[in-house]
Amino acid sequence: MTQLPEKTERKLGLVIDLDTCVGCHACVISCKGWNTENYGAPLSDQDPYGADPSGTFLNRVHSYEVQPETGAPQLVHFPKSCLHCEDAPCVTVCPTGASYKRVEDGIVLVNESDCIGCGLCAWACPYGAREMDAAEGVMKKCTLCVDRIYNENLAEEDRVPACVRTCPSGARHFGDLDDPDSAVSQLVAARGGIDLMPEQGTKPVNKYLPPRPKDRLDEVDVLAPYLEPVAEDPRGFLGWLDRTLDRL
Amino acid sequence: MHPARSLILFTSLSGLGFGVLAWLGLGTPAVTGWVAFVFYLIAFGLAGGGLVASTFHLGRRERALKAFTQWQSSWLSREAWLAVAAMATMGLFALGAVFFGQHWQPLGWLGAVLSLATVFATSMIYAQLKTVPRWNMPLTPVLFLSLSIAGGALLSGEIGPAILFLCVAGALTLAHWTLGDRRFAQSGTTMETATGLGPIGQVRAFEPPHTGTNYLMREMVFRIGRKHSLKLRVMGFGLMVLLPVLILLLPFHHALAAVAVLSHVAGLFITRWLFFAEAEHVVGLYYGAHDKTSDPIA
Repeated sequence: MTQLPEKTERKLGLVIDLDTCVGCHACVISCKGWNTENYGAPLSDQDPYGADPSGTFLNRVHSYEVQPETGAPQLVHFPKSCLHCEDAPCVTVCPTGASYKRVEDGIVLVNESDCIGCGLCAWACPYGAREMDAAEGVMKKCTLCVDRIYNENLAEEDRVPACVRTCPSGARHFGDLDDPDSAVSQLVAARGGIDLMPEQGTKPVNKYLPPRPKDRLDEVDVLAPYLEPVAEDPRGFLGWLDRTLDRL
Repeated sequence: MHPARSLILFTSLSGLGFGVLAWLGLGTPAVTGWVAFVFYLIAFGLAGGGLVASTFHLGRRERALKAFTQWQSSWLSREAWLAVAAMATMGLFALGAVFFGQHWQPLGWLGAVLSLATVFATSMIYAQLKTVPRWNMPLTPVLFLSLSIAGGALLSGEIGPAILFLCVAGALTLAHWTLGDRRFAQSGTTMETATGLGPIGQVRAFEPPHTGTNYLMREMVFRIGRKHSLKLRVMGFGLMVLLPVLILLLPFHHALAAVAVLSHVAGLFITRWLFFAEAEHVVGLYYGAHDKTSDPIA
């Protein structure tokens, strides 16, 4: 059913901390590792060891340089995966009903046995969250590890998306963003979490925590007093030299 | 956007075919018998051929029929339904014209409306996408409809209407290029809003997520050929509009009319190629497209 639900019971999603992400790409690898052998078709690679490798990934980490008006530029690592939008344009364009948003938790999924691989959902997504698998001919996207988070065969601490479980710097958080008391909602409130491309009107569930302002050291230069000019008005030989050089 | 051959063929040929069907449905030309058979053969060949070409774009062609299920929300699904309804209605109307020498006119009017509705649905597949600002404007369906009507008139040998609608479609093509060129900037989506880092300062793509390319870049960050865009616009406009109009203004001759049709179709392919190749998807911003400081993927 590709009509969006009026309201979902929960809004499960990720909160990504751009301040703590170190750009190690561990989330990319753990995502591919888990999702290539669990839910749906594997995430194939084309020419993986050759000259022109490419492949399907559900999560990718970009790096950006931001130049403030004053001071040094900042390097920001930027993981990007499906934002499980409330108003998901990828869902409504789907002609087959393969794409849907779940009422119970708001996760956007693809029923791969209904997907005809037309690619229109990938065009409708502003974030580049959907990738067509070149081997399988169907659309792949982040499932929020739907086969982990409810999986009672896993230890309780493992019932989070693979990217969150693996992140070594604690930059990824998972929870219900509909519940104002949840840890993720409080984190978003405390750190001023933001939406990506709000003008696209997609109402993303995933939030990004902007980098904290950089600390600034007060200008303390212990040598400065010793480098001040000793005499503002030179006399004697130096005075003569100064005047002579000025005249040249 | 990647200008896939299947999509260029689909939108141009089915647009032409449904344009011819619309004119035939209106009873201009009011043909019967063998002449009607040839007209309908061409019209159904183009419309059907275009639809078949569209299935070559699919990753899973064997499941294409599932595309009929979501007409309530999806323009692609509506397009499929309208195409079938238009072809079925015009098929019945053609039956009367070819075998019984009859024009069951209400059926023809309905078929004409359905044919144009199909072209409208096709155009909405592209016009609905907020992510591609160049397409996301009301002028897109108007342009598609005008081209379909003009091409249909040309192929059905309606010389007066063909000249008129070719001029209209030509003007709309120019308008679509002019307004389209400004749409990305007007959309308000920038690297700063895409990354949310705008409040800190100006954003520059420092490192892509991978050393190679990927589906997103192949499909939506297409850059080749844009540098020839002006030359291609001139060629496309000349072949699609100017040459056919000039030929139609000359005394009628079948050979010349064939040249006009071929020229129009060639020009249509060029402008449709540009329609895709020149369209920029906002996801390109994540890969450094429109970078104000440098242009890594230019």
